[in-house]
Amino acid sequence: MFDYTFQWRTAFRALPDMLEGAVVTFETAALSMIFGILIALALLAMREAPNPATRAVAGTWVSIARNTPALFQIYIVYFGLGAIGMHVSSWAALLAGITFNNAGYLAENFRGGLKAIPDTQVRAARSLGMSSFQAYRLVVVPQLLRIVFYPITNQMVWAVLMTSLGVIVGLNNDLTGVTQDYNVRTFRTFELFALAAVLYYLIAKLIVVIARLLAWRLFRY
Amino acid sequence: MFSNGFMFSTSFTWNDLLFLLQGAWVTLLLTFWSMLLGTVMGVSCGLLRALLPRATIPLGWFLDIFRSVPLLIQFVLFNSLKSIVGLDWSAFTVGCVVLGVYVAAFCTEIVRSGVLSVPQNLRLASRSLGMTYWQDLRYVVMPLATRVAFPGWLNLSLSAMKDTALVMWIGIIELLRASQAIVTRIQEPLLVLCIAGLIYYLISLVVSRLGAQVEKRWQQND
Repeated sequence: MFDYTFQWRTAFRALPDMLEGAVVTFETAALSMIFGILIALALLAMREAPNPATRAVAGTWVSIARNTPALFQIYIVYFGLGAIGMHVSSWAALLAGITFNNAGYLAENFRGGLKAIPDTQVRAARSLGMSSFQAYRLVVVPQLLRIVFYPITNQMVWAVLMTSLGVIVGLNNDLTGVTQDYNVRTFRTFELFALAAVLYYLIAKLIVVIARLLAWRLFRY
Repeated sequence: MFSNGFMFSTSFTWNDLLFLLQGAWVTLLLTFWSMLLGTVMGVSCGLLRALLPRATIPLGWFLDIFRSVPLLIQFVLFNSLKSIVGLDWSAFTVGCVVLGVYVAAFCTEIVRSGVLSVPQNLRLASRSLGMTYWQDLRYVVMPLATRVAFPGWLNLSLSAMKDTALVMWIGIIELLRASQAIVTRIQEPLLVLCIAGLIYYLISLVVSRLGAQVEKRWQQND
């Protein structure tokens, strides 16, 4: 029944390349988070705007991002845009898909965060003589950051895990892509992917630890 | 009417739509079984985590692994482990089990926070009314915890539905894979993908509406 010999050496020989892949994975996730946060802030502003058209656009974005699979969103960019003549590389498709997804989820988180800060605080700040911008910068934003910091960390971990979908649209230089490359050459599926799993786990934990340290440093009273 | 309108000609047939709907059915089946498996495991692990927090710390670490490794890699790993050990399981079973364990890892946290949201005083009160430990759990903690945990559980089932898209990697033809097969044939990716996306969207919409109904009914009884 059990006549399989594990050959971990093959997997360890792939380790240097996989670590390079891990860097690509991390960079992709970080980029998608930066763009995601910026777009999420824009979506947040659009949803508060009086113009119903911009509200509708932002609402559609958020609901599509949250109600369809991330892989579907990557497919739309990769195959869908290709069909109308915009050929994008697998990496660009992955980045665009994840950014779209991140923006949708983060916009919803930010909205929840904004709701948690009472209106009266802004009014109080204004009556103390602060300008509107000062009130936002000194009163609202610091509190908002505290509230949305944890969801952002979570979303960053999600983004790292989502980058593994790139391999399905043919990406071959991120962690999963490199692993799959070695896999089709050596057929040591279990060993290679187990190593990849360990690396993903370590990246995820690293993000959580760094976020904790940052939060401890940033959010002291 | 559109006989000369190039824009509106398509090779997408009713049979293709039927094929997509069959894929959607597989998606729903996978979601159902993995949610069933995941909920049963998640509720038991979550109760354990909440009631014996010290003794089950290793369980928490173990379940954390499933939340920190991409689901795609979990599918590949379990699939190859299956061949190594020599289990004769179908791809569908593998999909359900892996997704089920993944769901269980998240469900545990939802159930745990639900149980912990019941105030300790309430439990002491029910014990001092003469209820046994199990009666307290069954008639006081569970009903209250369920109401707290339900929205999270509903979100989890929606995300499980979306995550079923990844089983295509181990060779199951679900909704997204079905749409890809049609794209390969008729070369109209945007149309076919939009239809697939619409089906996902509709499923999400129906499930979340049903969930909102349930929540409303519970609130009336409170």
